[in-house]
Amino acid sequence: MTVFRTLAIAGLLLGYAAVTSAQSAVDEIAKYRQQLQDGNPADLWEARGEDVWKQKRGPKGVSLERCDLGLGPGVVTGAYAQLPRYFSDADRVMDLETRLVHCMVTLQGMSLADATKRPFGSGTNRSDFEALAAWITAESRGTKMNVSISHPKEAQAYRLGEKMFYFRGGPHDFACATCHGESGKRIRLQDLPNLTEKAGAQLGYTTWPAYRVSQGELRTFQWRLYDCFRQQRFPELKFTSEASIALTTFLAYNANGAAFNAPAIKR
Amino acid sequence: MTQPRPLLLVLLFVLGGCATPTELDIAKQAHEVMRASFKETGQATLDRLNQDLAQSACSIPPSTSVNKEIAATIEKENMASIRYPADGKLLGDWKSGERIAQSGVGKQFSDDPKNASGGNCYACHQMSKQEISFGTIGPSLLGFGKLRGNSEAIQRYTYGKIWNAQAYSACSNMPRFGHNGILTEAQIKDLTALLLDPASPVNQ
Repeated sequence: MTVFRTLAIAGLLLGYAAVTSAQSAVDEIAKYRQQLQDGNPADLWEARGEDVWKQKRGPKGVSLERCDLGLGPGVVTGAYAQLPRYFSDADRVMDLETRLVHCMVTLQGMSLADATKRPFGSGTNRSDFEALAAWITAESRGTKMNVSISHPKEAQAYRLGEKMFYFRGGPHDFACATCHGESGKRIRLQDLPNLTEKAGAQLGYTTWPAYRVSQGELRTFQWRLYDCFRQQRFPELKFTSEASIALTTFLAYNANGAAFNAPAIKR
Repeated sequence: MTQPRPLLLVLLFVLGGCATPTELDIAKQAHEVMRASFKETGQATLDRLNQDLAQSACSIPPSTSVNKEIAATIEKENMASIRYPADGKLLGDWKSGERIAQSGVGKQFSDDPKNASGGNCYACHQMSKQEISFGTIGPSLLGFGKLRGNSEAIQRYTYGKIWNAQAYSACSNMPRFGHNGILTEAQIKDLTALLLDPASPVNQ
């Protein structure tokens, strides 16, 4: 992994050295991203995720194979393309990670604290959520996003998520919309998807989870929101919090109609 | 950050025209949900979720569509907040300004509050020919001083704009660096010099 990352960064640096203008730098980075597509280490997370799903774990010693992700107990294929959604057994809207926590608690008998102790991995401290999300989302690759807001609680989550997207706060006055509300914008050389338009929302949402080359980790959509808010100078977003589910509902619904295309690989 | 002021919400509703009570209810509910969904970590306290007038009024798509009267109030309030240096000198050291413009640290829960914050100007603005890694959320500032000269009025405008961008343009995307305590007076002087000094890379 480290070798892969070093090579990738060296490639990027070589690209930098060769360019003489911002436009050619952008072209070089596009080329770099293209080259990354050839081998995605997300495969490793996917393989581990399938194992975690099938292992007998927790006080009850059962696997997650009876976990209902919305399409019936144990049905994984295509499930992520319809999440978040309302679950009647919990009487609330849940995204993938929230649903996995629910299954770990109700099926496997884990405490909430145990189930959620490691939302994001770092080196050898690996996160089961990142592995599970890699495998489960890969089982929706190519499936059209089809998130519903027909249940009143889904509609409510969407409306709250929309408000939060435009909510300006913190010492920098940043909202999600500050960086993701206009088309054709960049931070430094990083292109920013306009999440208020269909095409941008589709491109942005359908390419998470992603293997992040710069971190050597596979990151989920919960992580994407968590780290955006860190950079927005907000307090720390709680894992599987109501705000995170509402924002995910807003963004996932806006991506409807696009073929899901993750786990992806990003710089 | 000031405490939320319910009267302002009423004012927004009356002046906003397009806002309906339902919209306001959702905004209030979203705020409550956010307060429950974040936790205080390091320097990032929960009061960062309390909005002042500029923040609450500009939390709409697109933020520049804010009602004219509210925009005027925002600009007036923010203009009154600008503090010019007591020594009257507005130009610092452009070399230090360049380092501040390059640095993106500060105010995140992951940052050590003992370290100085950066302005991260290049994240959003083109500023010099040699720095090709620049963002485009804000306008290009290439040749900023060359185009405008170095008069006292231009110095005051430049310093004031960095101190509080919303004094000049309500709902601007640009952080209010002085007003919100992101940068110090000395740092804003250095950035003013970066933009206006004829020797600065901005003006080559």
